[in-house]
Amino acid sequence: MSFAQLIGDWHALAVLFIAGVVPNQIWRMLGLWFGGGIDEGSELLVWVRAVATAILAGVIAQIVVEPPGALASVPDVLRYGAVGVGLIVFLLTRRSIFAGVVTGEVFMLAGKWWLG
Amino acid sequence: MALPPLDSPQWQSPWRAFAWGLRSITQTILTVVLFVTYLGIGALAHDTHFSLLWALCSTLFVWAGPAQIILITTLGSGATIIQSAIAVTVSAIRLFPMVVSVLPLMRTPTTKRRELIFAAHLTAVTLWVECHRFLPQVPRERRIAFVHGLGCGLVSVCLTANTVGYFLAANLTQTLGAAILLLTPLSFLFSTARNSREVADVVALTLGILLYPLAAKMNSGLDILVSGVVAGTIAYGVHWWREVRA
Repeated sequence: MSFAQLIGDWHALAVLFIAGVVPNQIWRMLGLWFGGGIDEGSELLVWVRAVATAILAGVIAQIVVEPPGALASVPDVLRYGAVGVGLIVFLLTRRSIFAGVVTGEVFMLAGKWWLG
Repeated sequence: MALPPLDSPQWQSPWRAFAWGLRSITQTILTVVLFVTYLGIGALAHDTHFSLLWALCSTLFVWAGPAQIILITTLGSGATIIQSAIAVTVSAIRLFPMVVSVLPLMRTPTTKRRELIFAAHLTAVTLWVECHRFLPQVPRERRIAFVHGLGCGLVSVCLTANTVGYFLAANLTQTLGAAILLLTPLSFLFSTARNSREVADVVALTLGILLYPLAAKMNSGLDILVSGVVAGTIAYGVHWWREVRA
């Protein structure tokens, strides 16, 4: 791999800014502009936080339901199963993120190995 | 490692607070999750024929895992710049309410908006989750410095992971690649669930997941926004109803 390959071309970097950085960053800056005046204990903030949590939940669901890249090679039942089994262990271990993530991953890998 | 008590002289210097933030990355399993996720993003960038510099710039300037994965996979599969930009911006809508809800935790009455720009940039799921956990243990006037330290630490971990992943890419099997991509939904779900103290948080998380497949059926391109606002508003309704009854 040459040095030039590691740098790439300027066209690709321009695409990164137009398609990636600006569409992503605009929401943070809107949040900064809008959030400047909100009080920490206000009811509006309770609603905003609930919407943030629910949108994040949607992002989680989207990755599992319409998987990107290599994850698409994993059958539906294994993806849903990994989240379900991971969630059960997470709750049984008094909310251990580590236990939940490891269980979900092991379930998916074991299932893939078992299915061949 | 425990943070010093709120009245400790340790907090007098903003640089000390920055250093405590930096060191706090060792206090969360999410740092490991981020490392592996960004290893995957580095490998994905390599396999999709993006340069290492490109991958590092995406981490520095986008700083949101799902948006970076979406950007790389859509561009790699031949989508136009406009199509990629729309997919990225829909996934990024969550950053708006996140920034709105996290900034009041670090603001003092004299804080100027420009002092919060970098903290707003650093805000993503991990920082959002960890701010709610760590900031009550940090004196208010040192919170911005602490968050800068925490964020810079996490970004450095991810830049390192990108580089390692980029060079390892040729050795990653499809199964390993799938396991890395599965980390994002698992860690997002459990870290958010751990932070859900009120019933409204649990309702927002559960309904947000259940409503997404329904909203996706409408095929509007704004599925996540629709399911998120509906589920979040119902969750707020539950919160309001409980307050009224109490």
